[in-house]
Amino acid sequence: MGSYLIRRILLMLLTLFGVSVLIFTLLRLVPGNIADILFDAAGMIDPVEKQKIIRELGLDQPLVVQYMQWISGLLRGDLGFSYISEKPTIDEIAPRIPITASLAAMALTLSVITGVPLGVISAVRQNTKLDYALRVFSLSGLSLPSFWLGLLILMGFVHWFGTIPIYDRNNTPLEQLAFMLVPAMAVGYRASALIMRLTRSSMLEVLRQDYIRTARSKGVSDTGVNYDHALRNAVVPVITIIGIEAAFLIGGLIVTETVFNIPGVARFLVEAIRMRDYPIVQNLVMFIAFSVVTINLLVDLAYSLIDPRIRITD
Amino acid sequence: MSVTVPLDHNAELRRAGAFAHGFFGQARFLARRYPLGAAGAIILIFFILCGIFAEWVAPMDPLTTNAKYSLAAPSARNWMGADMMGRDEFSRIVHGARISLMVAISATGLGAIFGVSIGLASGYIGGWFDLVFQRVVDVLQSLPLLVMALVITAALGPSLENTIIAIALPLIPSVSRVIRSNTLSLREMPFVEAAQAAGMSEWRIAIRHVLPNTLAPLIVLATAQLGSTILTEASLSFLGLGVPEPHPSWGRMLSESAAEYVRTAPWLVIFPGLAISLIVFGTNLLGDAMRDLLDPRQRS
Amino acid sequence: MDQQVNTQDVLKVNGLTTYFFTRRGVVKAVDDVSFTVRAGETLAIVGESGCGKSITALSLMRLIPSPPGRTIAGTVMLDGTDLLQLSEPKMRQMRGNKISMIFQEPMTALNPLLTIGRQVAETLILHQNMSRQAAQARAVEMLKFVKIPEAEQRAREYPHQLSGGMRQRAMIAMALACNPRVLICDEPTTALDVTIQAQILELIVELQRNFGTAVILITHDLGVVAETAHRVIVMYAGRKVEEASAEELFHRPLHPYMNGLLGSIPRVGLTKRATASEHVALQEIPGIVPALNDLPIGCAFAPRCPNAGDKCRAAIPPFEEKLPGHFAACWHSDVGAKVPT
Repeated sequence: MGSYLIRRILLMLLTLFGVSVLIFTLLRLVPGNIADILFDAAGMIDPVEKQKIIRELGLDQPLVVQYMQWISGLLRGDLGFSYISEKPTIDEIAPRIPITASLAAMALTLSVITGVPLGVISAVRQNTKLDYALRVFSLSGLSLPSFWLGLLILMGFVHWFGTIPIYDRNNTPLEQLAFMLVPAMAVGYRASALIMRLTRSSMLEVLRQDYIRTARSKGVSDTGVNYDHALRNAVVPVITIIGIEAAFLIGGLIVTETVFNIPGVARFLVEAIRMRDYPIVQNLVMFIAFSVVTINLLVDLAYSLIDPRIRITD
Repeated sequence: MSVTVPLDHNAELRRAGAFAHGFFGQARFLARRYPLGAAGAIILIFFILCGIFAEWVAPMDPLTTNAKYSLAAPSARNWMGADMMGRDEFSRIVHGARISLMVAISATGLGAIFGVSIGLASGYIGGWFDLVFQRVVDVLQSLPLLVMALVITAALGPSLENTIIAIALPLIPSVSRVIRSNTLSLREMPFVEAAQAAGMSEWRIAIRHVLPNTLAPLIVLATAQLGSTILTEASLSFLGLGVPEPHPSWGRMLSESAAEYVRTAPWLVIFPGLAISLIVFGTNLLGDAMRDLLDPRQRS
Repeated sequence: MDQQVNTQDVLKVNGLTTYFFTRRGVVKAVDDVSFTVRAGETLAIVGESGCGKSITALSLMRLIPSPPGRTIAGTVMLDGTDLLQLSEPKMRQMRGNKISMIFQEPMTALNPLLTIGRQVAETLILHQNMSRQAAQARAVEMLKFVKIPEAEQRAREYPHQLSGGMRQRAMIAMALACNPRVLICDEPTTALDVTIQAQILELIVELQRNFGTAVILITHDLGVVAETAHRVIVMYAGRKVEEASAEELFHRPLHPYMNGLLGSIPRVGLTKRATASEHVALQEIPGIVPALNDLPIGCAFAPRCPNAGDKCRAAIPPFEEKLPGHFAACWHSDVGAKVPT
């Protein structure tokens, strides 16, 4: 177990190193100098001023040096300063994380508590009208863009309440939670649909297995067969996609936070990209990659706890 | 999400009746067997025709502005209303089909070409090449599709071509992984060994024997990806980082102060979203049927 | 054979008929099959694969996948109760309790995510109202009973940690936990190594002797039949074609099908004293088993039968007593009865 973990963590670090190189290079591919773009955007043309700022930002250094400066800062917890607000990057990013994290957690929870049972029902009632309805419902979840779903929900609010819910930092945590529920549903629908489809096909696969027949031959009831014997086996592959799911979720969060005007990190990433605020973009992307990789590691560990056949051995 | 297909999927097809009777007979057989897939194909074909013949289908030019009709509600003149600049929404949606499909199909194709080449090479050459490739895939997969696409558009700058590239690049890992695992199992197959024994060059074996046998999973995967590609393009454009003006992109049509239109001009929100949803829904229906047809392992 | 067979009838099956209604037509998997099993007796059902013997067993358990399968006629009287008439909840109380079944593949017949102990205990909790702890303790006892070494330890393990033979023992422990009246063994040894096969058969015979269980043994292995069965039913294309005591059947097969099966097997290997290493699979008979959805009009075996005449192709022969206690369905049973000397 120990050496497995160490190996996994080393691979994780290697992956994150790869991400850092990739993102750093990509952001320096931009046609033209970052300083030029920043200056154009700010409408400044004084060349002396420009040279000064270029030196301040370290943009005159060779790329390797710039990269090393970024990484060594990152390792010390110093993420540099935002080009735009000139505040420390960490102060810009950190307060926005809990907002996005709670939205993501809510969406994921919603999608699991709806996706798994609906997938089971769909499988158990295979080829009935209910099954068809649920399949169309889940396929719709994969087809509706979540930003459009968000817009439709807002439209519903306008229609029925005459107003649009607005995120307010000054609200009580409970009010904020209630507000989050709506965007969480918009994001979670897609995830729920994916989980539902996977649960259904995995259930159908499991229900064909010999040990299900054995359980029936012992006199286990349908409910016992479906939920105790079958579901237990069927959720194993479902858990493996929760990692992938989390990555998908981030895409949904980006557009949904934009639609609902939620000041989370996901929307912040888009803003930073638009403003070419590269210190923010770089560090945010690293943070996202770190989250995805960590979730995948946790999922792998959880997987081995649930399925005794894959107990990890050294 | 690895998709593998047994080598004799032709036998599967034959049993399914695919070789039974001419093109139309075949189509009829498949439509009866996969009614949902057929519906998906019809939806997709409908949009493809719209895209190809947009100039004839659309009643007006999608780019001509007319201040008189700014934010006009749906009427006999503008079936789906008109946008801020008084451009006909219906015509823009018809032309949007072209943009949407062009981006989606080119991106999927581009991703497939690179994915197949890398996967084939990785599975075939193995060794250090494979090892390096695996790590690169790890890197690419640790970033969500949309984030990756966002960063790439940021790096390349917004244009139609760059949008295609930005969407195609994140597709490469999944394609190459499927092709790689297929190649690995195919390499052990008797017919490959027979070809080797017959003195055929490795290069020729890879192209003539291994590649054709990975086509079925590739088709399954590509159809499945087409839907998410369309969604990614729409999301990018919605965020203002995808297809730039003046191209009528569905995502972009939703972005321009969409939250404001929710109150004032709901038709500008409903119709483009409906178009995206419908085309993706059709693609997904078709993708499911393709998987059932070509990947018997997953059949229920 | 020297063992005392109780004369009490435990299970009486009459006219059991199970069809599968598929897109390609009606598959007559089990057609008008009747038999009786007494307490402590072993009845073997033999035949080639696809002859309907496993479907017969599943019909008794009412575990036919439905749709497409349905038992459309017959009675299955277990101690005077017709299982086919019971409501599903009542039938559930019978399964694993009064009538149990063990399957061919011990590798896949156990739930991979539950411990062996828990799977054995489940039967007890379901049918004997035992608490979890009591059932767990009893499960360990049952595992000892089927001669699993280190039963306490094994009970805590998962199926993948056990060998095939051990898993089949665990299956037997599970099936016998509630001391059922009838135990159906569907090819219990086919998937196992030869030496393990003998041990498992021995175990089944020994437990049967101790519990007085009626055993229905489904197999295509005539060696297994010779070793363990008291009476034998031969099935062909969903129908019963011959029935006799094991000894009688091996010495005087009346149906040309059975005769063909025994054709080239050395007679010496087919006595009751045969050892486990002499298992002999059914002999190939020229021709193919007819499709069960497209049976010939007359005797189903006629197309492959060396003795078949016009009568055979015109009408199904009645199943009748040809010799005392020896039944067969053949127009030419006297021809088929030729015994090589």
